[in-house]
Amino acid sequence: MSAFLALLKRDLMLSVRQGGALGTALGFYMLVVTLLPLGLGQDLNLLSRIAPGILWIALLLAALLSLGRVFSSDHEDGTLDVLATGRMPLEMVVGAKALAHWISTGIPLALTAPVLGLMLNLDIAVYPLLMATMLVGTPAVSFIGAVGAALTLRSYRGGLLIALLVLPLYVPTLIFGMAAVNGLLGVSGTSAAMLILAALSLTSVVLCPFAAAAALRVQMQ
Amino acid sequence: MQTLTQRLANPTRFMELSGSVLPWIAGAAAVVIAYGLYLAFYVAPPDYQQGETARIMYIHVPCAWLAMAVYAMVAMSAFGFLVFRHPLADVSAKTAVPLGAAFTFLALVTGSLWGRPTWGTYWVWDARLTSVLILFFLYLGLMALRSSIEDESLASKLTAILALVGIVMLPIIKFSVDFGNTLHQPASVLRVGGPTIDTAMLTPLLVMALGFTLMFVAMHFKAMRNEILRRRVRALQLAQVEKAQASQLAAAE
Amino acid sequence: MELLLGIDLGPHASFIWAAYGAVVAVIGGLIAWLYIDGRIQQRKLAALAEQGVRRRSARRA
Repeated sequence: MSAFLALLKRDLMLSVRQGGALGTALGFYMLVVTLLPLGLGQDLNLLSRIAPGILWIALLLAALLSLGRVFSSDHEDGTLDVLATGRMPLEMVVGAKALAHWISTGIPLALTAPVLGLMLNLDIAVYPLLMATMLVGTPAVSFIGAVGAALTLRSYRGGLLIALLVLPLYVPTLIFGMAAVNGLLGVSGTSAAMLILAALSLTSVVLCPFAAAAALRVQMQ
Repeated sequence: MQTLTQRLANPTRFMELSGSVLPWIAGAAAVVIAYGLYLAFYVAPPDYQQGETARIMYIHVPCAWLAMAVYAMVAMSAFGFLVFRHPLADVSAKTAVPLGAAFTFLALVTGSLWGRPTWGTYWVWDARLTSVLILFFLYLGLMALRSSIEDESLASKLTAILALVGIVMLPIIKFSVDFGNTLHQPASVLRVGGPTIDTAMLTPLLVMALGFTLMFVAMHFKAMRNEILRRRVRALQLAQVEKAQASQLAAAE
Repeated sequence: MELLLGIDLGPHASFIWAAYGAVVAVIGGLIAWLYIDGRIQQRKLAALAEQGVRRRSARRA
């Protein structure tokens, strides 16, 4: 367990010190949200109605952007080989790295959503719920994404390929995230959607490390 | 004493067996499909609500059935490959993916062409259409991942892992898109309490589904045979290069 | 086409023909590709065999 925490701490320190990853993801997040009203027109009613969807989709894309780096830098400098031969199971290594991705990318993105919501004229009453769904849903984003990152480690068109592999798998997260937000906007069933979203996140936290570790093991041999 | 699967799993044996069986399956598929088309156009009555347009069903439903069945087969092959490390399972998974993608594409196209006259639009974001579209993306992902990795045995293993991830995710995706309301007619053939569809239309549908399944089996066998030949060619070419290098080295000494 | 087959498919006949046409085109293309691909591989194997490169199991023959 202490090894797990040490690895988590190391990955978080790296992401803070390097800084670039989070900055890029946040910048990308804001840019997508800026571009969409320019493309859709400035109708504030329309924007406030579709704002939760825009924010969720932009969050998925921004998180995706930083996924490629979850394993690749450690793979390049050989750290991953050391970790793989170490005493901690590779599943735990994957778990620590995905958790670090969630803390360093998922949480900041979710916390930025209200600021961007202001720009989209989103009703302020929705903010707590929107942030809650994002905080509950982003673990699934990070852990499912880790599987995609592990699978594409050795492919020569990494970034685009991750998007093709992982985005379809984000569909349930997106749908239930949106269902939970829309619950407050009128339709019932918020708590049900929220519970399912939490179940999705927990399931992916448990299952995805096995798939990702299997993919990494195949590539280390 | 070998079991049947063990004997089939030998590539050379597979080539012999599939070679003798293939023409029969292909012929049976052609006959069954021809009979199904005859039933579909000359015997089956037009639907009392949708009129003649319902005849698209006789190809749409078999394509949709294969779209799902082939993915299940790919996942089973992937599982067999990961657990038993048998190359033939990988050949099966690899060659079934493009075929499954083609049937999924056809299910989408025929469904869209059926939707325009019936629903008044080519596309709706209804639960079933959406989940079949996502299934199509999963097929594309399998093909893209395999083609993006040069080391072939590595590509096989990674694609197999992705196929298994996909088969776990598919029910969840299905459940999530079902969460909203659906415009598509509810399942009418495979359901508890027997089919709701009239026999006059069910018979041609089942005949066509059988014909398409036979056709898929024939195409899959042929694709597997091609893939085995392709691997033999590559192995022989490698052996040839190695031999040439060895003789060059010997000559240099 | 409809006159030829002696059936009347009503006002939406073009959609029905388009759907069946798409299936014929895609599956026909796949079958043609499978056939051509098989021929290419067999030709390559034959060419290699001519150069004396054979599989171990085929050498006895």
